[in-house]
Amino acid sequence: MLADKDRIFTNIYGLHDRGLKGARKRGAWDGTKGFIDKGRDWIIAEMKASGLRGRGGAGFPTGLKWSFMPKESDGRPHYLVVNADESEPGTCKDRDIMRHDPHLLIEGCLIASFAMGAHACYIYIRGEYIREREALQAAIDECYEAGLIGPNNVHGWDFDCYVSHGAGAYICGEETALLESLEGKKGMPRLKPPFPANMGLYGCPTTVNNVESIAVAPTILRRGAAWFAGFGRENNTGTKLFCISGHVNRPCTVEEEMSIPFRELVERHCGGIRGGWDNLLAIIPGGSSVPVVPAHQCDDLLMDFDALRAVKSGLGTAAVIVMDKSTDIVRAIARISYFYKHESCGQCTPCREGTGWMWRVLERMARGEAEKREIDMLLEVTYQVEGHTICALGDAAAWPVQGLIRHFRPEIEKRIDEYAARPRPTPSEILQAAE
Amino acid sequence: MSDLRKVKVDGKEVEVPAHYTLLQACEEAGAEIPRFCFHERLSIAGNCRMCLVELKGAPKPIASCAWGVRDCRPGPNGEPPEVITRSPTVKKAREGVLEFLLINHPLDCPICDQGGECDLQDQTMAYGVDASRFHENKRAVEDKYIGPLVKTWMNRCIHCTRCIRFTTEVAGVAELGATGRGEDMEITTYLEHAMTSELQSNVVDLCPVGALTSRPYAFKARPWELSKTESIDVMDALGSNIRVDARGKEVMRILPRMNEAVNEEWISDKARHIVDGLRTQRLDRPYVRVDGRLRPATWQEAFAAIAARAKGADGKRIGAIAGDLATVEEMFALKLLMASLGSPNLDCRQDGAMLDPALGRGAYLFNATVEGIEAADALLIIGSNPRKEAPVLNARIRKRWRLGNFPVAVIGEPADLTYPYRHLGAGPDSLSRLAAGEEDFLDVLKAAKRPLVIVGQGAIARPDGAAVLSAAARLAAGLESADPEWVGFSVLHTAAARVGGLDIGFVPGESGLSTAGMIEAAGNGGLDTLFLLGADEIDMRALGSAFVVYVGTHGDAGAHRADVILPGAAFSEKSGLYVNTEGRVQIALRATFPPGDAREDWSILRALSGILGEPLPFDSLAELRAKLARAHPHLAYIDTIEPGEAAHVRALAEQGGEPGQAPFASPIRDFYLTNPIARASAVMAECSALHLGPPAAEAAE
Repeated sequence: MLADKDRIFTNIYGLHDRGLKGARKRGAWDGTKGFIDKGRDWIIAEMKASGLRGRGGAGFPTGLKWSFMPKESDGRPHYLVVNADESEPGTCKDRDIMRHDPHLLIEGCLIASFAMGAHACYIYIRGEYIREREALQAAIDECYEAGLIGPNNVHGWDFDCYVSHGAGAYICGEETALLESLEGKKGMPRLKPPFPANMGLYGCPTTVNNVESIAVAPTILRRGAAWFAGFGRENNTGTKLFCISGHVNRPCTVEEEMSIPFRELVERHCGGIRGGWDNLLAIIPGGSSVPVVPAHQCDDLLMDFDALRAVKSGLGTAAVIVMDKSTDIVRAIARISYFYKHESCGQCTPCREGTGWMWRVLERMARGEAEKREIDMLLEVTYQVEGHTICALGDAAAWPVQGLIRHFRPEIEKRIDEYAARPRPTPSEILQAAE
Repeated sequence: MSDLRKVKVDGKEVEVPAHYTLLQACEEAGAEIPRFCFHERLSIAGNCRMCLVELKGAPKPIASCAWGVRDCRPGPNGEPPEVITRSPTVKKAREGVLEFLLINHPLDCPICDQGGECDLQDQTMAYGVDASRFHENKRAVEDKYIGPLVKTWMNRCIHCTRCIRFTTEVAGVAELGATGRGEDMEITTYLEHAMTSELQSNVVDLCPVGALTSRPYAFKARPWELSKTESIDVMDALGSNIRVDARGKEVMRILPRMNEAVNEEWISDKARHIVDGLRTQRLDRPYVRVDGRLRPATWQEAFAAIAARAKGADGKRIGAIAGDLATVEEMFALKLLMASLGSPNLDCRQDGAMLDPALGRGAYLFNATVEGIEAADALLIIGSNPRKEAPVLNARIRKRWRLGNFPVAVIGEPADLTYPYRHLGAGPDSLSRLAAGEEDFLDVLKAAKRPLVIVGQGAIARPDGAAVLSAAARLAAGLESADPEWVGFSVLHTAAARVGGLDIGFVPGESGLSTAGMIEAAGNGGLDTLFLLGADEIDMRALGSAFVVYVGTHGDAGAHRADVILPGAAFSEKSGLYVNTEGRVQIALRATFPPGDAREDWSILRALSGILGEPLPFDSLAELRAKLARAHPHLAYIDTIEPGEAAHVRALAEQGGEPGQAPFASPIRDFYLTNPIARASAVMAECSALHLGPPAAEAAE
């Protein structure tokens, strides 16, 4: 279990002063000038050595991503964009960072911007996060006032930080759709290549990072890459904010070591599964887009990228949705499917048409009003969507359905059997009744 | 752009420019890639996902339309990137995409106008299956009103966004867009108003399915019943290449033909939708005016009436004006006829444009050529509104502007040209101010490698036109060009017949009268007989008591004034040469026959010559063309340009003259109603009414 002294987000529950004074007391903005004096290469090397993988879901090594930015500007400005459009169902870690520990994020923005030669950073915050936006803006104002950021700041790196808020579309959390939205256009993902590191915001080199990835950077530099790399398993290092929701006794957001066993995570921090460990049906370990993991695989499941990938799921945003045996799993996935149907941007064919199809079939299956051969058909449809779209929303819509069919096919079949066995009036009887 | 890269497509190695997309590379290698959203002339959307291919080393199939050849990484040993277009994975991926496209696409091919020329239909033959697995309800989408020319059937829309991209990128009006998200996305003009572009109908051709179809053509014919004839558009002087589709004796529709050098693959709405104008108001038999009223007559009676007035008359008291839609052959025949009658009074410039062919071709051509617009790097427009005068050419200017670094300035009426420009003034004095260096745009033009100066008819079809033209030529000739071949002085014509007429010298001979002179002479009795070859744009009331012979197609202004009407053939009913504004000789073929007793114009003139005296020395169109080619050899070379020379422009510059004060006004008051065919078209009338806005409420109400 992560000791209190090793926590990065020491005010994640908002028990202390979130202002600059309080943040400084907890260590924020300490020695920042020193990191900047050590230069870009040192920062990137340190980030790489820490083994930090992006906290937004895909798990791409953050240090490597920073190193993709051109070393020298070709005349175009560089930009850092922070993805605070936290919309993945089940995920609520970034909002806690922004409303309770915003200074860690702003300090991270400064360091990351310096490391990639950017003088401006845009924080694209989800439209629904109104209090979070206010807290973040207040913190930024404080930093400007204290000369920590802004032109001619104490760190010797001119830096401006802007908060921009979205209008509530899930797709705007996709990095290129986010850039489109930030430019004032309709939030639709761009084609890649060119990648944002070459042609991003306003056609300039841009890096898009998750809030958590940026917010942990200052502490990593303060305490050393080796300290951070000391947590978790190899290739899955560091600490991580887990958001546990659903059928646990005490849902919470908690910072823990990577690779912590799932069982330890829920029993230590959440008071266990509702109705005891044996009452567990399945979990969705990383936000709604990853496939479900059934209870029997959860016994000694480690919560990290590679272990979850081994059970054909993923860590995603580490938003663990726990479902006990009272859950109607087919309806649950159907609901998730509806979410993706609703949030598909409509740009490319497989996602636009496929998400609606999957949802409609699942809705019927949830009632049992389907045929068994449709299960295989549905599975095939998910494969037709997966990997054929512009962005990953198609994949995200397909995976939960695949997970459902992989692990709960008997449940669907049972429901279809029950529905078929239920006596129903024949059309002629309906006609007679109507007369 | 000599950066060539090797790509292996299905085992076949090809070398293509690095800026190619994989789709283009695959086509180069002979592999066919299905597509819906991709279009060569529009930006890449990559949204239909039909063009998926396998790229060795890529984890997922990739959209070949959006993946550049330069984005491909070579193999581990430097071998060229390998693309596979025929693997089971690719086939499966495409089948999957097609199934998705079809699940919400109505199965209404039997009542769909796109049937038979539908991309989705064709691809379904290749990648579709015979039965649907989709048992839910299909999506229903309300049809939108987007104007009188484009009919929508939005259930069929597959959201390829070609129409949106065309209107915003090529047409330059951001009027079409998509609202809604996911499967609720809908293409609309937002507030359901009509599109305002003169190029809007091209979205019908672009739409890969039957969502956007031609409203006037709706339910009229099936593509396989139509005979297709290659022709040339005569609605403006650009000479857009068109295809006339006819069923039996009726022209059903007009579609663009591709010609990179002229119209790419666009045509204006006027070119496309005057089809009904070819049917209505037609002159299908000769008429003779008896006791002040036009009476139907036979050809013999009509000819006899003309002979009674013109045979043996003094040639100086006879005149001829050629209209805007005449072919070169018939003007040539008319010129020979006038020569045999001993008349020097002939003119093809019915608007009075002060263009003098004696100075050489360079003095009246669009010397830079239409394709040359893309090479230009600064533009001055004098007295022209290219958007109204030649919409497709204007799209070319916009295309050049979109590439960046293209300063544009306008002297004349300010108008929305779909690209920004600097307005330097309204009339000749602004031109002289610019030429005197009082405007810093002169420095822009001087700094340009290939400065383009477009002179419109609005600047030269006026009494002081010659002086304005000369001043413009002086300005253009004074600009040094880095490219010795470059002649930036370009006249934008508005009449399809004009350049051809100037080429054959259909202008007043020695002491002959010009259009204005003839009208004046007719008005005061100095001219007895006036031949109008489809000329309708002159002031008919000013012709006094002159005997007017009208050879033409429609019951328009000329026919109303005429004393004898000889019914001719419209452009779709005859084979003929047209020379476009850049001097390109193009041939239009005959798609249908003239209605009733109407005849091809050259044969009317040939027959008339026999009545009036010496028959013209040809008995067939081929003989006429041979004569024409001997007299003007460059007219024998179809689809080529005999270029004008810089010396011609310099000669024009030396003409001098004192321009007046009046501001330039565009010669086109109503884009949709510029010629007799368009004025006979109900569709054009509707467009015109829509464009001009609702009529003012009657005061009496």
